[in-house]
Amino acid sequence: MSSFQKREAYFAWFLIAPSFLFIALVIFYPVFSSFLLSLFQVDLTRRAMGTPFVGFKNYAEILRSGYFWTSMGRTAYFTVVSIALEMLLGFFIALLLHQKFYGRGVLRSLLLLPWALPITVCAIMWKWIFNANYGALNAFLTQVGILESYRPWLTQPWSAMHGVIIADVWKVTPLVALFLLAGLQTIPRELYEAALVDGAGRFVTLWRITMPLLLPTVNVVLVLRTLDAFRVFDVVYIMTQGGPANATKVISFLAYQEAFKFLHFSKGAALSYIITMVVALFAYLYTKTLKRQIEY
Amino acid sequence: MSKSLGYKIGIACGALLLASFILAPLAWLFLSSIAELKELLAIPLRWIPRHPTFARYGGILFSQGPESEFRKIMWNSFSIALAVTVICVFLGSLAAYAFSRLRFPGRERVLFLLLFSYMLPPIAFIIPLYQNLSQLGMLDTKGALILVYSAILVPFVIWMMKTYFDTIPRDLEDAAKIDGCTHLGTLFRVIFPLSLPGIVATLLFAFLMSWEEFFIALILTSTLQAKTIPVAIAEFSGRHSIDFGMMATGGVLAALPPVLIALLFQRYIVEGLLSGAVKG
Repeated sequence: MSSFQKREAYFAWFLIAPSFLFIALVIFYPVFSSFLLSLFQVDLTRRAMGTPFVGFKNYAEILRSGYFWTSMGRTAYFTVVSIALEMLLGFFIALLLHQKFYGRGVLRSLLLLPWALPITVCAIMWKWIFNANYGALNAFLTQVGILESYRPWLTQPWSAMHGVIIADVWKVTPLVALFLLAGLQTIPRELYEAALVDGAGRFVTLWRITMPLLLPTVNVVLVLRTLDAFRVFDVVYIMTQGGPANATKVISFLAYQEAFKFLHFSKGAALSYIITMVVALFAYLYTKTLKRQIEY
Repeated sequence: MSKSLGYKIGIACGALLLASFILAPLAWLFLSSIAELKELLAIPLRWIPRHPTFARYGGILFSQGPESEFRKIMWNSFSIALAVTVICVFLGSLAAYAFSRLRFPGRERVLFLLLFSYMLPPIAFIIPLYQNLSQLGMLDTKGALILVYSAILVPFVIWMMKTYFDTIPRDLEDAAKIDGCTHLGTLFRVIFPLSLPGIVATLLFAFLMSWEEFFIALILTSTLQAKTIPVAIAEFSGRHSIDFGMMATGGVLAALPPVLIALLFQRYIVEGLLSGAVKG
């Protein structure tokens, strides 16, 4: 390396070092000690037993337990159903806003509202709407005559899970629509004009031009959303606390409970490592799809 | 080509459905905040309050009573978000400049490591962090939240700013350098002014993310000293006898700053969102 290059490298490290040291201290070091923690038995409810080294016992216990897999199943259900709904609705919204009509600009601005609303506010809003005794949903459904009497939406397993899903779908669909709309706008007009000349109908163009060309955008959104939905916590914490009868106890809520409710630090750390591994897999897929995007 | 009547009706219905899908829940949150409690609890429910009142807002914002707690909490959230934004922009812009303009060994690897740290779920590091902060006596302080949020957001800020810096043509800097400008001089005199929209967008995102963060605040804070709005809202909704009107008012107040920011800076925000680096 020439002395000029060396000086440039030193200067670069001088600029990066503050950020890097900071992140290393606050994030990387705890991530590493979290792994160590997961190999011991640190349990604040059983202090007398000390903190013996147990190797991968915590992991083995978790992976063998039924509650872990049912919780994974619930998380997968939440992820798949909410993303499917968000994609479907988002696609229709994007198609709608891609048309030219009066008031389109206002509608596009409206899309930002659910995104900007803090997730906790979104959660109390829906919790209040689903309220068993005074909720707006019950009031509306009885007033239009669909329901005979009020229902406890969030205290029955099936409807609680779907209530949480609705809250998530409401918050995220507009964002998905924005992404898909941007994807639609990159499709060249000439393709549609050519299709029209060839006598293709509206559905054929949708199926043969719009869908395939939107696929890259769909891929990115899909992975990004999976990354997020898999970690869902806030909405569940506020709306249902994992209940009723564990019906909404998703994986990150389980880890939170293990560590900070039951104070089983080591088990919590092991659980969170398992979650992190899954998230890292999605993150890897994400960077790969992004790379492929750039190659297009 | 004139559009058919069916098409027009379809568009109108779609637009109407979309608007009500987004607005109806929000409208109900707002109406709940200005309706009297006995009207909210009435069956059958009256949708439009007979005696709308802004007394709850007044109570939270100006009174000295128990409602003033929420004011203190709003101040916590605001000062934390502001400090985080300042720290992130300071650290982030320096590093982003290095990644965007300088050549050095290990550049790609460090950048990848930063991106990876941003994608880590907080649960991956929160347990030891909680133990360490507790040993340092920093639990339930604003400083702890500022520290953790900044560390989480710095990689994001670096990434976004690097993307913006990359779009600025190098010729301009070369010209400035020939005129005797130093590296840092070009950063402050050429790159910063030209990438101002990008920097503003990044700042706003950093502010919004610290404003609404819940999980970490839930674990690291417990009293008025450091509690943030999301934690207060969650606590409120968990009580047994809830004043629903008060809860809605807190919700509206918590939502107001981000919603205003999103609408005022709409163009920057949408561009930033679509650049793909931002979490939903």
